[in-house]
Amino acid sequence: MASITLDNLGKVYPGGTRAVGGVNIDIADGEFIVLVGPSGCGKSTLLRMVAGLESISEGEVRIGDRVVNKIEPADRDIAMVFQNYALYPHMSVRQNLAYGLKNRKTPKADIEKRVAQASEILQIGPFLDRKPAALSGGQRQRVAMGRAIVREPAAFLFDEPLSNLDAKLRVAMRLEIKELQKRLRTTSLYVTHDQLEAMTLADRLVVLNGGQVEQIGTPLDVYRKPASAFVASFIGSPAMNLISASAVPHLPGTAHAGQIGIRPEDLTVTPDGPIAMNVLAVEELGAQRLVHGQTGGERITITLPSDAPLSDSMNLSYRPDALHLFDKDNGKRMD
Amino acid sequence: MIENRPGLNLLAHATLILGVCIVALPVWVAFVASTHGPTDFMSGTIPMWPGPHLVENYSQMLGAGVSTSGTPPVGTMMFNSLIMALSIAIGKIAISILSAFAVVYFRFPFRGLAFWCIFVTLMLPVEVRIVPTFQVVADLGLLNSYAGLSIPLIASATATFLFRQVFLTIPDELTEAARIDGAGPMKFFRDILLPLSRTNIAALFVILFIYGWNQYLWPLLITTSSDYYTIVAGIKRMADAVDGLPQWHLVMATAMLAMLPPVAVVVGMQRLFVKGLVETEK
Repeated sequence: MASITLDNLGKVYPGGTRAVGGVNIDIADGEFIVLVGPSGCGKSTLLRMVAGLESISEGEVRIGDRVVNKIEPADRDIAMVFQNYALYPHMSVRQNLAYGLKNRKTPKADIEKRVAQASEILQIGPFLDRKPAALSGGQRQRVAMGRAIVREPAAFLFDEPLSNLDAKLRVAMRLEIKELQKRLRTTSLYVTHDQLEAMTLADRLVVLNGGQVEQIGTPLDVYRKPASAFVASFIGSPAMNLISASAVPHLPGTAHAGQIGIRPEDLTVTPDGPIAMNVLAVEELGAQRLVHGQTGGERITITLPSDAPLSDSMNLSYRPDALHLFDKDNGKRMD
Repeated sequence: MIENRPGLNLLAHATLILGVCIVALPVWVAFVASTHGPTDFMSGTIPMWPGPHLVENYSQMLGAGVSTSGTPPVGTMMFNSLIMALSIAIGKIAISILSAFAVVYFRFPFRGLAFWCIFVTLMLPVEVRIVPTFQVVADLGLLNSYAGLSIPLIASATATFLFRQVFLTIPDELTEAARIDGAGPMKFFRDILLPLSRTNIAALFVILFIYGWNQYLWPLLITTSSDYYTIVAGIKRMADAVDGLPQWHLVMATAMLAMLPPVAVVVGMQRLFVKGLVETEK
């Protein structure tokens, strides 16, 4: 096990396109870090640079105390789980698990022991002699994780491992990954575009946008104090309401802000609330309902209990500390 | 197409049966001819049913051969053909799979040029370059040798393309997973690429074996010693009997024997062959 340090890491493609720039992240030993951002934000590139599958054009990656910039992926002491599992289709599950160990000249008895251990942890014992094609998506995902576990690497790298699973299985596997990581205490770097996955899994989140780090922090920190309007809109579901300050000039303390953010759950309906909203649509989620409306030309969403009364126009109020203000020019948080 | 009309079924079967008959008729005539005596085919009417000389004709061809045409016994020629066909098939597969591997997985300088050079050889089959190739083979002292029979036919752009396409369908993640698993290039080739292109190799082997077996012009040109006659070229020599009538019954017996190995290869590898041509999922 080891810490991972990304020091001013950047990637410029031969054509001059910059995918990632100036990324600094210190990952402690045993920590679970999730890289999250919209597609094309450079999160996969970043992961692949750590893995050694993508060359590093600027800065440094250190695993433990070792600079690994020029080291082959196999020698970086990492294991990776791919989005499409990347299992060897012509090998049985057992051979899939053992392949990396065999290439490292691990003694046979040791391989067998580790495969047995991993298959017990992941409950894939019954499928050890099947080919990947005979497995369901969830089972393949487990085998892919097993292949990472048997290596006992310094770090796990996950590249959107759950994206190919259906919604229900994704939730179950998410929990499994979390428990597994807690149990093995292996430093993990996990890439996803799903903010919910990111929130639930991470010890710390790294929110990326356009190849730059927008914010690093614990899920709750990021949720409660988003560093920029982008983070505010990306983290949390339903997304935070972002209203241009000029649409609600009467709110106190918002004079210098560009955008005002307020989470849907922080808005309450009160007869004399300062924000007047025309209701446009209602979505029923069962436990609660989402009410979409408009105020001063801006879209706004609130969550209400499913038994709350509805009307065509509502007045909304909020606690003063629930208000997030973002700068006019750069979208950064103003505090 | 899912249609369930008996009339259509009937028509489809009739068409297929007719096609089979058209293809099979010459083979049948050859078989019938190989079972008759030497004079039956000179009489003006071609018999359509097998005659009584089957064992006699075939044992003569397998044992002694036809002394008048200067060809060795069929067994020798079949062996020569087998060596040539196998060398061509295996050689082509080995060379083209390696060159496809290089072109797809390595970023070396002039990769594009290398690819185009391979591509250009598509325009240069043996028939086109036969005189210079003969010159080269003669200068190398390879006339009347197995190497001379097979090596000039081994380079193959078509097979290289086929393997290139196969390799391109193998997901990048698999390559990356193998890299992380510590498989070097040749290990990756042996452990991942070869098993994954197994069915394609089999399909290609069938096609190339028949291609090699049926080579006619090239062996005819470079073999002057009867020890190296191949069977397809040998049949031609038999039919060209100089002082006398061609012994059609023996020629046809030889032709029947010459058909057997390709048929055996096709029948034996049929399942892999079809799989290799239609399978797309990796």
